[in-house]
Amino acid sequence: MPSDALATSARPFAPRRSLIAQNPSVLWFLLALALFTLGVTVLAEMGLVSTSMVKTLGKTLCLCLVAVAMDVVWGYCGILSLGHMAFFGIGGYAIGMWLMYARTEIIVTTSLAAAPIPPTPEEIVDAVGTQIFGVVGSSEFPWLWAFADSLALQLLMVVLVPGLLALVFGWLAFRSRVTGVYLSILTQAMTLALSLWLFQNDTGLRGNNGLSGLQNIPGYDHVPQSTVSLVFFWASAAALAAGYLLFAWVVSGKFGSVIRGIRDNEARVRFLGYHVEHYKLFVFTLTAVVAGIAGALYYPQAGIINPAEIAPIASIYLAVWVAIGGRGRLYGAAIGAAFVSLLSSWFTGGGAPDIDLGFYRIQWTDWWLVLLGLSFVAVTLLAPKGIGGLFDLIPGRRTPDRQGDYGPDDGAWRREEGTE
Amino acid sequence: MTALLEVSGVSVTFDGFRAINNLSIQIGEPELRAVIGPNGAGKTTFMDIVTGKTRPDEGRVLWGERSVSLLRMSESQIARAGIGRKFQKPTVFEDQTVRENLAMALRNPRGPLAVLFHRKTPEGAARIESIAEEIGLLPALPRKAGELSHGQKQWLEIGMLLAQDPRLLLVDEPAAGMTPAEREHTTELLKRIARSRAVVVVEHDMEFVRRLDCKVTVLHEGSVLAEGTLDHVTRNQQVIDVYLGR
Ligand SMILES: Nc1ncnc2c1ncn2[C@@H]1O[C@H](COP(=O)(O)OP(=O)(O)OP(=O)(O)O)[C@@H](O)[C@H]1O
Ligand SMILES: [Mg+2]
Repeated sequence: MPSDALATSARPFAPRRSLIAQNPSVLWFLLALALFTLGVTVLAEMGLVSTSMVKTLGKTLCLCLVAVAMDVVWGYCGILSLGHMAFFGIGGYAIGMWLMYARTEIIVTTSLAAAPIPPTPEEIVDAVGTQIFGVVGSSEFPWLWAFADSLALQLLMVVLVPGLLALVFGWLAFRSRVTGVYLSILTQAMTLALSLWLFQNDTGLRGNNGLSGLQNIPGYDHVPQSTVSLVFFWASAAALAAGYLLFAWVVSGKFGSVIRGIRDNEARVRFLGYHVEHYKLFVFTLTAVVAGIAGALYYPQAGIINPAEIAPIASIYLAVWVAIGGRGRLYGAAIGAAFVSLLSSWFTGGGAPDIDLGFYRIQWTDWWLVLLGLSFVAVTLLAPKGIGGLFDLIPGRRTPDRQGDYGPDDGAWRREEGTE
Repeated sequence: MTALLEVSGVSVTFDGFRAINNLSIQIGEPELRAVIGPNGAGKTTFMDIVTGKTRPDEGRVLWGERSVSLLRMSESQIARAGIGRKFQKPTVFEDQTVRENLAMALRNPRGPLAVLFHRKTPEGAARIESIAEEIGLLPALPRKAGELSHGQKQWLEIGMLLAQDPRLLLVDEPAAGMTPAEREHTTELLKRIARSRAVVVVEHDMEFVRRLDCKVTVLHEGSVLAEGTLDHVTRNQQVIDVYLGR
């Protein structure tokens, strides 16, 4: 080793640099999110942003959260899970069950209160069952609904069910060292199985009717939807901020280093003594839990959840958002999810004007998916860093955290290349 | 000197081709051992077997005082038991800095939770810096490993091996891509490490092997052809025929 390379002194050891100091982008992201939340709130209060728009934006924040989770599992750990929207959907079902039960119970109690003989608790439960399961020709409460009357327990289910499913599925898959495309296919199979199961009427989750009326918060009927929507919007923003901080912490430092190592060369990480499967399982499960929480915030804003939401394609969209936004950086995933999902609802909602080619009329409601597919291919081939890559163009940003000469010997990168 | 690693009667077949054929090798602690042999002799495959990457069809691989079988352990368990490895083709994490590469290799608890809550310590940083100094990469600590030259990547991988603090070091062709001065440095380093540990070095460069000044094992077609001092094995007619004479 040329000894002159030692002449330049190394950067002194900097212990415990805070998360923010290490990743200034975390601060920028949280700042932008806070400003956005504030702006939307003010505009909504002034009546310039409609209630349905507030809901759309709140839902978008939930999608950003699940996209950030997806980025951790795929962009950082290299597991292309095409099943994370299933965990998102499970979170939605879990909270939806309580919303539907509690609200139906209130309605039933009020209507029975007028009856000459006060109803027994059993009668109330029966009436609630008839109300909820009438559409699938049943009135019995399935075992799945055992805790539906308790908000606390259903909130527990929001994290417990996706977490346990991810834990069991991941344990089986990672233990047999299923990787790459095979793992992706396996996760797709999991989502497909789940949605097919939910589509059945006798599953106990109302088949293809799904759960509805979720925008009505039990006991808060007197509160106008304009307020409810804002509260959920804030909750979604807070969840996104918390999730972002959590994942920024997870992917920074040594843990982040190990999972990026697993992404790039998992065999090498094994030879360093790390139990790769445990790391994958941890990341897979943690991100599934966050996806569940995101779903639990999303569906009360959407008002309805049905098995189609858990269809395999939903998870593929999630991967597309992250790819377009730029995987391997958390803000990229969030931007991708927001950008593509908003654009998607604009195109499919008939917002985009049709294009008349004379011989053919391009109707975006049909052609949007083609456009999305093409953009996905284009981004993958031409701009693998995605939208997030644009931030690298900001001059002066990311001054290389290094000093000394670049390339002390031949074959190393030149100074010009060293700045990336 | 007690046997730290005992490989006996090991055979491996890849699609009908016997890459390792009834191989037996014993490594003591401390010991420096050079393994030479023509291309395809099975030197790398031997390391693959010891580190758990390749499962042999038959034979025993025993480790340590309690003679535990390595064949029942996973790659990561073997690594945690104290066997470190440097690959023939340098494999470092190119997307990460030299410091991160070394930090990952540093001997510390390996579980996900321990790593998640891991806090950098001044001792860890000092150890990284002393290793970096040893391998001549101190100024390169904040650089991405992918920017390093081939020789520097070799050094980084040796550094990662040192950071793991293993009892047995398996070093596959460390001198490839190094300048003569660097080779000399590597020999010195390996000899110094081998004072307290077991080191197995695979190398084609005879001058390098001579400077190691240790027991030499010659592999050919998956089994041991000769063993002894370098002078002893280079006088062996069979060794001359299959390896040196070419
Ligand atoms: N995974 C594998 N599948 C099939 N054949 C293999 C595999 N690994 C090694 N071999 C074969 O086994 C033989 C021994 O290979 P090995 O890499 O151990 O040789 P080597 O002594 O390290 O050679 P070199 O000096 O070129 O590094 C070679 O013929 C090789 O082609
Ligand atoms: Mg080899």
